[in-house]
Amino acid sequence: MSIDFSKEVDYVARLARLKLKPEEKEIMAGQLSDILDTARKVQEIDTTGVEPTSHVIDLPTVLRDDETGSSLTLSRVLQNAPRRQQDYFKVPSITAKDNGINAGEEA
Amino acid sequence: MKLFQKNAAELSNMLQKNEVSAVDVVQSFLDRIELLEPHLKAFITHTPAMALQTASEVDSRRNNGEKLHPLAGVPVAIKDNISTQGLRTTCASHILESYIPPYDASVITALKRAGLPVLGKTNMDEFAMGSSTENSAFYPTRNPWNLDKVPGGSSGGSAVAVSAGMAPLALGSDTGGSIRQPASLCGLTGLRPTYGRVSRYGLIAFASSLDQIGPLTTTARDNALLLNLISGYDPLDSTALPGEVPDFTEDLGRGIKNLKVGVIRQNVSEGFDPEVTAAVLKAVSLLRDHGAEVDEVSLPLTDHGLSAYYLIAPSEASSNLGRYDGVRYGYNAGGDSIDEMFSTTRGRGFGPEVKRRIMIGTYALSAGYYDAYYLQAMKVRTMIRRDYDAAFKRFDILIGATTPTPAFNIGEKTDDPLQMYLSDICNITDSLAGVPSLSIPCGISSEGLPLGMQITGSYFNEALLLRVASFLEEAGESLPMRPKVKLPEGGEV
Repeated sequence: MSIDFSKEVDYVARLARLKLKPEEKEIMAGQLSDILDTARKVQEIDTTGVEPTSHVIDLPTVLRDDETGSSLTLSRVLQNAPRRQQDYFKVPSITAKDNGINAGEEA
Repeated sequence: MKLFQKNAAELSNMLQKNEVSAVDVVQSFLDRIELLEPHLKAFITHTPAMALQTASEVDSRRNNGEKLHPLAGVPVAIKDNISTQGLRTTCASHILESYIPPYDASVITALKRAGLPVLGKTNMDEFAMGSSTENSAFYPTRNPWNLDKVPGGSSGGSAVAVSAGMAPLALGSDTGGSIRQPASLCGLTGLRPTYGRVSRYGLIAFASSLDQIGPLTTTARDNALLLNLISGYDPLDSTALPGEVPDFTEDLGRGIKNLKVGVIRQNVSEGFDPEVTAAVLKAVSLLRDHGAEVDEVSLPLTDHGLSAYYLIAPSEASSNLGRYDGVRYGYNAGGDSIDEMFSTTRGRGFGPEVKRRIMIGTYALSAGYYDAYYLQAMKVRTMIRRDYDAAFKRFDILIGATTPTPAFNIGEKTDDPLQMYLSDICNITDSLAGVPSLSIPCGISSEGLPLGMQITGSYFNEALLLRVASFLEEAGESLPMRPKVKLPEGGEV
């Protein structure tokens, strides 16, 4: 049974913060539906009692001494900033009403 | 024989005996690049001045009697998802088109310390997502064996650079086959090391539980030499394996008597190109004739492995690529609100395959689907690891084809992502298990294209894989490692 992905595309693109053109959405709906049909084959396997893999090799937790070391200088950290003001990354206002970022759709 | 036709071990010997200067070696490869690059497009960024400067420093240090690393002065090409300080690193994506890393990847620090001149940064599928290098945001790379064919991917530029004699050594990265598949399609030796063998610090992340850096070379010895240089614990990567690293050249030439070889039934499939299967089985007979014990083994979860991979890798990618938001680095599309800026930047900055994977991953991780998709895939991954553990109780190495077919045509699979994904079918379960996996050339098709064979070992057993590869190099019919490149305007070089 195929999943009709066309209904999901807008919702998932919104979660992923990807602005897609209408023609991209149409192509993607078909392709994602095919890919997910293949991916869903994992559900055919009985995994009762199987632990999910978290790391392929059992490693002890990596700890280091709590000592400060050197880190990148501010100028290097900021060297690739598309927009900056003094020593800050510059972004549009995040408190404007229409920003949508706090609309709560992921809740 | 010209310098560019020699392998890294030969160049290393000549340099150490002072028979040739590092500057001459680098210049020979730069000339070759100038001749072929317009046709092959293996590189995104060229660094001739930097390479010559490193070479000249190596020459003066050698003339001063300093003890140098064996590979000092032997040039290398670097996949463009490995961070190089002060040198543009794009991941073949518009979103990082002008990104200049503020630090070196740990493998680059190791190469610089040893004095390997860097010839440039190589083309790839955008963010290493693809199997043909056609997903580069800039241009596709062409296979030097036949310019109408893809070189494989995602490390296609690195493979072509070595195959065409534009570099003796290259670094690639392998998430689900991205070193082994292009090595197979270009006739090279390409190694995906054990997960954690090589530091991932500075490798721009695609799927962190799967990504590994590894060498693409013409011979097993070259592969071992480069692996020696990049392996080892790194405090900057908490998944790097602690412990001693062996000298991977030590076992070369030790033979294969009594080696227990398992031929993976699923990877010599009747559905594959018959020439591929025949070439693999011929190499297996050669091993048997020289004292190896050969039997068949089944890895029944191969198909489900592909399904699990296309949930796990996109899920991790959707999370890793969340960082490209136009704030700290990369392309910024502008916008009146921050949400508009994020969405437009990402919508315009990423190419189609990257967007597809972000969408699949976001979907698989979203509320209500996590258990059915991502968690289930991670459980299947555990079952695949158990199958490998069982197989390695019976066998020392596992063998099969690297790819179901030789190199396919440019454009052949670009409209059908699933068909493209299937070209990695033999590579993916090794990645999921985290075991080392090597592709070596094992023949030439009737069309004149290289055929590849994949040898898989248990954890940390790269030395055994390279030993088998060097045995087959010596005992097998020797493959012309580098093609005559037929230029479009006529003539072969």
